[in-house]
Amino acid sequence: MAVSDTQPNSTHPSLSDVVIRTEKVNIYYGAFHAVRDVYLDIPRNQVTAFIGPSGCGKSTLLRCYNRLNDLIPSARVEGRITFEGVDLYSKQTDPVEVRRRIGMVFQKPNPFPKSIYDNIAFGARINGYQGNMDELVERSLKSAALWEEVKDKLKQSGLSLSGGQQQRLCIARTIAIKPEVILMDEPCSALDPISTLRVEDLMHELKKEFTIIIVTHNMQQASRVADMTAFFNAEASESGGRFGYLVEHDRTQNIFNQPKEKSTQDYVSGRFG
Amino acid sequence: MAPVSDQPHPGSSQEAMSYTVSPRRKWFGTFMTVLVTGCALLLALPLFSILWTVISRGAPSFSPDLFSQLPPPPLMKGGGFGNAIVGSLIVLAIAALISVPFGVMAAIFVSEFARGTKFANFVRFGINVLSGVPSIIMGLFAYGVVVLTTGSFSALAGGIALAILMVPIVERTAEEGLKSVPMETRQGAIGVGATNFQTISQIVLPAALPSIATGVTLSLARASGETAPLLITALFNQYYAKGVLEPIATLPVLIYNFAGAPYKNQQELAWAASLLLVMLILVVSIIARSLSRRQTFG
Repeated sequence: MAVSDTQPNSTHPSLSDVVIRTEKVNIYYGAFHAVRDVYLDIPRNQVTAFIGPSGCGKSTLLRCYNRLNDLIPSARVEGRITFEGVDLYSKQTDPVEVRRRIGMVFQKPNPFPKSIYDNIAFGARINGYQGNMDELVERSLKSAALWEEVKDKLKQSGLSLSGGQQQRLCIARTIAIKPEVILMDEPCSALDPISTLRVEDLMHELKKEFTIIIVTHNMQQASRVADMTAFFNAEASESGGRFGYLVEHDRTQNIFNQPKEKSTQDYVSGRFG
Repeated sequence: MAPVSDQPHPGSSQEAMSYTVSPRRKWFGTFMTVLVTGCALLLALPLFSILWTVISRGAPSFSPDLFSQLPPPPLMKGGGFGNAIVGSLIVLAIAALISVPFGVMAAIFVSEFARGTKFANFVRFGINVLSGVPSIIMGLFAYGVVVLTTGSFSALAGGIALAILMVPIVERTAEEGLKSVPMETRQGAIGVGATNFQTISQIVLPAALPSIATGVTLSLARASGETAPLLITALFNQYYAKGVLEPIATLPVLIYNFAGAPYKNQQELAWAASLLLVMLILVVSIIARSLSRRQTFG
């Protein structure tokens, strides 16, 4: 398969149904050039994994998709990110609306200091949900495979749950706002292996309804859950700093079994990173 | 087990080592222990002495009349200071109504919107300076701004003087409470599509509420005993004040007036008022302690 020169890391050509399109995206923190020239298309109802060594910009890019980088005053995004054809960074785009349609699960479980019930209800309420709240809470907790464990203690604080349960609660509260895309930033890095497997099983279920992008340091996890995998790497720039860039984006089995780039081969076989 | 080497350990000498502490060091250790224990006890002494004096002098004249009757004129028996109790509550309520919104809002600004900026540091510096300003200056300020413009000593003027005294305490504890809420929690709220206002009002503020309540009660305890700023703002009133724009009686000013009076009955009332005030501050401080134990985060 030929790779064109103008778009060195161009997206996989077989993708027909693209939800998020990333075109020539550059991300800066002040003068620091964190991510360089990324072209990447995210397919609908599939799990896309971002892998790569630390500092390669995969989390930074993920946070651009729901404009969470807006919270960092020095962060600047150049290029074009479109979601269902809409430019996420145009002046007319309301970042709050973006985050309602592109939900996020964070690295560290961060339930609200509220009851389990209100953890789910908060997002729904602020998004103007009019339906039966009890039903939504139950449905979301069931989708997140947490209902059986918490159904008798919905009034207890979300902070009283174990780490794995807290992360599933965070997934449940994200599902409850019915986003189209769920971003997961190393969602299992703070969890034990059993909780990790539960969250991974959950992702297989969730992709029927949602598009998922997951950042992970764990290559086994990427090979277990992802349909598509994007490998990022970091390189020293002329000015002495390091910038991240997309090396290769392909079906997960190709990335792991027959990568086209040598650095991908080296990374997935554990030779660095 | 590693084989025992023939070489002696560098630290051990040929002769048997002495494991006994030298008498000089032992004596010094004992002396220092006694010294620091003594200092700690000495620190607690004034508190117990005050409590003992106030209770022993104030308790005998404690009666239900204190809460219902008005202060007696000189040479009259009985009486109470119902007006000063009500007056203190009114002045403190005015002070809280002003200082809590201002203090909490300023804390929200510093912690949520201006964190790490020069302006936030400037605000914090200003608040630190303000908390070091003597309370009589606060009184003079309220005198100039309120008493001179309205033409009368009043509960309002007293409330404003105490509010300026309370605001730094409220701001600082509220800011600490807000900062103890992890950044991840805010991002979680932003991540489900909450606006800044929804995040702060529904997630961050409720989590910081125990700290804010602690700050408010502590500042109330501090303000309830202040006398100097009230002398030149609220003044005193022999009767119940009819409104907040009139001079009003307060417990600290009543104590100040009656403690210096040559009449035995008024002196006894001053002791009773002191006891009431100390009890009040004690109770409020205990409430503040129990509130601060209910912290949401760390």
